[in-house]
Amino acid sequence: MLLEMKDICKDYPQGKEIVHILKHVDLAIEEGDYLAIMGPSGSGKTTLMNLIGCLDVPTSGEYLLNGENVAHASDNHLADVRNTTLGFVFQSFYLLPKLSARENVALPLLYAGVKKRARNRRAEEALQMVGLGDRMDFMPNQLSGGQQQRVAIARAMINKPKLLLADEPTGALDSTSGHQVMDLFDELNAKGTTIVLITHEPAVGARAKHLRRILDGELLAEGEGGVGDAW
Amino acid sequence: MFENIALAFQGIWGHKMRSFLTMLGIIIGIASIITIVSTIKGTNDQIKESLIGSGTNAVTVQLYQDDYPYTFSQWNPMPDNVLPITEETRQQLAEIENVEAVSLFSSRQYDYDIYYGNTSFSGELYGVDRDYFTATGYKLSYGRGFTDDDRAAFRKVAMLDTGAEAVLFGDVSAVGKVLEIGGEPFTIVGVVAKTRSSDFAIETIRDYQMYADTSGGKVFIPLEAWPIVYRFDEPQSVVLKARSTDDMTAIGQQAEDLLTANQISGTSDQGTFSYRSDDLMNQAAQIQEMSNATNNQLLWIAGISLLVGGIGVMNIMLVTVTERTREIGLKKAIGAKKRRVLGQFLTEAAALTSIGGIIGVAAGIALSRLISSVMGTPTAISYPAIGVAVVFSMIIGVIFGMIPAVKAANLNPIDALRRE
Repeated sequence: MLLEMKDICKDYPQGKEIVHILKHVDLAIEEGDYLAIMGPSGSGKTTLMNLIGCLDVPTSGEYLLNGENVAHASDNHLADVRNTTLGFVFQSFYLLPKLSARENVALPLLYAGVKKRARNRRAEEALQMVGLGDRMDFMPNQLSGGQQQRVAIARAMINKPKLLLADEPTGALDSTSGHQVMDLFDELNAKGTTIVLITHEPAVGARAKHLRRILDGELLAEGEGGVGDAW
Repeated sequence: MFENIALAFQGIWGHKMRSFLTMLGIIIGIASIITIVSTIKGTNDQIKESLIGSGTNAVTVQLYQDDYPYTFSQWNPMPDNVLPITEETRQQLAEIENVEAVSLFSSRQYDYDIYYGNTSFSGELYGVDRDYFTATGYKLSYGRGFTDDDRAAFRKVAMLDTGAEAVLFGDVSAVGKVLEIGGEPFTIVGVVAKTRSSDFAIETIRDYQMYADTSGGKVFIPLEAWPIVYRFDEPQSVVLKARSTDDMTAIGQQAEDLLTANQISGTSDQGTFSYRSDDLMNQAAQIQEMSNATNNQLLWIAGISLLVGGIGVMNIMLVTVTERTREIGLKKAIGAKKRRVLGQFLTEAAALTSIGGIIGVAAGIALSRLISSVMGTPTAISYPAIGVAVVFSMIIGVIFGMIPAVKAANLNPIDALRRE
């Protein structure tokens, strides 16, 4: 089991009240899996994503990632986990505007302490893998949305993470670019990368191996909660 | 580290106008400090060189009775317990570190037994050895100096300094004229002048006491001829030529100790005798302190402008952190640790203030040169001050960059990414 969440709760104080964003979530993901999580806004899917991605820690519950309990790990250790075990793809790409495609992709290796020459070589390989071998020195504003998202995917994959997390990866893209990105995900999954993605587009969710819905902070079992032919 | 520095410079270059305005406080502060320090150093160097060293670095050590120089005269003979300075002591003096030349001499002030015709001479009379003119920085103006033959044959020859020449002869050449010293005729063979004269404006009594050499000038005769006029043939004072002005105090003290130990034995009912060196260094230090005290107040004011500059840097760094919240969030999400984010922003603040410091140093040097050429005051660039200024401006960056950098490092990646 790559990832195992047991009885995860997440509360946020809001004024004097305490809001329960996630209620007793259990989740297990095997290596090589491809899971889509769907839910309406406010359902807690982003919070769940942040917890899976070690960007946040749960209020209670156990979280084993790659055999290690990360529910109560230190900030520094979580940074290492995010750097080496996880890869992130965001809806709005989050490329640094003043760095070239190559430099953006190489950034996680900088934090991993890799030497400059090796960083550049590996960044070039990663960009070739996502089909942008001819755009290495382009700045983000010289690239289309789809190309930017592929640069972001190359950045997420550069440290060969066990788990790729994608938060609405096609949300800001036109359908053609969106398809290219989803094709890339299929390809990565076929090569063995475990993927968890959040979406509210049924067509995107349908391409995953498994689909689970989240509603009012509760993660529903597979197959539950589907509305008609929405997927 | 290099990445951080490169990033910092990119960030600064990316906002040229903003960065320059932010640096301005630091630039003004550092420039004023460099200007003030250069002026202080220029003034001090001038005081030191022309007053203490007189360009020659000669330290005179003479006999003191209690707290006053002991003046020899008919009524004030050599005290019983003071021994003549021997050749052996002279050797020991020459071996003191950084001493270039040692000269022994006898001298009389207020001795009215010198005449040229009917004119009496009221200056000083010196009996000098071979090294005296070298050690005190006199050079021959015209005529000739004392030769070994003069000394060996106890010839009655004399030399004048320009002061005595002016008093006794005016524009007429002094060489060949005969002076009457203690009833004996001495033939003038040459005139000497100071190699470097110190041009001081004498404005107060204190200045006068300090700078005025002698009123009536000096007459020199060979030390060997001294007993012809006076009974004593041993020198009573020493002049030492130091390698540099800074060595003068140390040399003076060592010579004092040596002479007091070697020459003075027991006590005398005439008072306490000791050898002491000119305390010019001390007097100059007092003048320097006075000018430093004024300038220190200026330094405090300049320090305040640095403080204001530092606050400006903090302000702009806080703005930068807010603007780059998403960048910070992303970096933390992909594995940047607190330490690294902290380092990045501290480096940027320090780079900003260091550049400001370097520009400030350049501006300060230019400004002090300008002031010097317009006002005619001396200026000297102090290299340690430049180093301190640049390092200090870097430290200002680190101190005032700390709060913004900590703020950046503690940003929660989720909140940071969500912020638009």
